[in-house]
Amino acid sequence: MYLPDFEYFAPDSIGEACQLLSQFGAKAKLISGGTDVLVKMKNELLAPEVLVSIKNLEELKKIEYVPGKGVVIGARAKHNDLVYSELLAKRYPSIPGAAKQMAHNQIRNSGTVGGNIVNAVPSADLPPILIALSATVHIVGAKGSRSLALEDVFTGPNTTCLAPDEIITEVIIPDQKMTGSTYMKFGLRAAGALAVAGVAAAVWVENGVMKDARIVMSAVGPTPMRAKKAEDFLKGKKITDELLAEAGKKAAEECKPIDDYRASAEYRRNLVSVFTKRSLRKAIDEGHV
Amino acid sequence: MANVLTDKEGKKRYLVSFTINGDEHQGLVKANTLFVNFIRDELDLTGTKRGCELGDCGSCTVLMEGKPVNACLLLAVEADGHSFTTIEGLATTNKLDLVQEKFIEYGAFQCGYCAPGMILSAKALLNSNPKPTEHEVREAISGNLCRCTGYVNVVKAILAASGQEVEH
Ligand SMILES: Cc1cc2nc3c(=O)[nH]c(=O)nc-3n(C[C@H](O)[C@H](O)[C@H](O)COP(=O)(O)OP(=O)(O)OC[C@H]3O[C@@H](n4cnc5c(N)ncnc54)[C@H](O)[C@@H]3O)c2cc1C
Ligand code: FES
Ligand code: FES
Repeated sequence: MYLPDFEYFAPDSIGEACQLLSQFGAKAKLISGGTDVLVKMKNELLAPEVLVSIKNLEELKKIEYVPGKGVVIGARAKHNDLVYSELLAKRYPSIPGAAKQMAHNQIRNSGTVGGNIVNAVPSADLPPILIALSATVHIVGAKGSRSLALEDVFTGPNTTCLAPDEIITEVIIPDQKMTGSTYMKFGLRAAGALAVAGVAAAVWVENGVMKDARIVMSAVGPTPMRAKKAEDFLKGKKITDELLAEAGKKAAEECKPIDDYRASAEYRRNLVSVFTKRSLRKAIDEGHV
Repeated sequence: MANVLTDKEGKKRYLVSFTINGDEHQGLVKANTLFVNFIRDELDLTGTKRGCELGDCGSCTVLMEGKPVNACLLLAVEADGHSFTTIEGLATTNKLDLVQEKFIEYGAFQCGYCAPGMILSAKALLNSNPKPTEHEVREAISGNLCRCTGYVNVVKAILAASGQEVEH
């Protein structure tokens, strides 16, 4: 399988990268780890005339804690950088927990956080846990920069609100009251398989009462989806197994799954119901896992 | 950024330098040259195989800075500045690597097409985790598909290479 011809740039600064993307417009595509872009090019779904690589932008590779801001994950951090991050293991082990469920080792050594977000498939495994933890993204473009809630980045399957010259530079997990979080995924194989359905939950529990909850579902709608009715239903209530099961039912009603070759919509709804219940329970009992 | 040469027809070639199996290498590559094709066609390192060419099967696995990656999803131009090991880099002139020895001893391949990638994934695992559990071994080779062995002997060979007692 050969790739079509294209021109290649690997700029040394974000400004230069945005400039190139803006100059070549629709002809250009940004490449990070390449695990989605190159597959699409081989499958003839994409034929950019120019690839702009962000591989030299060292500042996008960091994972660090910035007081007053939160945990900052550079968009070029690879999945295995998350898996083996000591900082994340200490603060939000649920993020490496989700990263570990992705693809397989080789892809995790190449694929990046930014690529997983901007590729914007509904089954992407990182957005749910990041959205559950109220992540925001910082975006830099040729004309300036902006910050946005991660959940507002997605506009549909394979589409985001990013302009062609915009680059996600970092994902920020703000300091928060959530006491636990986790992501559960079902794929047709333990490794190298996309989610048939997945649920991330983050909870703030105090004295047996659910003070706040965020539930995000993957692969059951056009974008990663919050189960807002289930979240509202949980708030302020005393935690019981029945309560969590009921939240699961509500989430299953809210999701918008499709039938495809991997599973029926009905089966996906069932997964959402069970995973919502289980992920809430796990986050309540075990914290960020 | 790598140096760029443009020929009369306007075609660009990019100067890359990287280390492969301990040897420094410099070469001119087109932007659309895949690393797997470059090492097979230009460097005669044909131990690295092409299977699915889409990141699924792992037969093109090489170690980049010691970590397994799929060479079918790596542009040769992006290899610039990095250090690689391919299957050819494990054995010395007349001595195989211990993992290779154990693959032979345990009959861990049949057609052998998956073996280079499988062995490199095993090598990377043992370098970071010298005494893995069976589960960790299976996890480490989960990106290396084998159509022949059923994996049982592969897992045994890797556990044996880590010095653990394994039934033959
Ligand atoms: C075999 C295989 C298995 C996989 N399994 C999984 C899985 O289990 N779960 C899962 O979620 N995904 C999976 N993937 C998909 C893929 O590996 C991930 O989505 C990965 O995170 C993509 O990152 P990348 O850096 O390789 O992206 P690239 O291919 O480089 O880019 C993807 C898209 O994002 C854009 N982009 C990249 N970075 C930025 C940025 N910083 N700012 C703006 N735009 C950007 C690119 O322009 C492109 O449109 C799998 C892929 C393969 C080949
Ligand atoms: S050939 Fe690269 S993963 Fe199959
Ligand atoms: S031995 Fe034939 S594919 Fe593994």
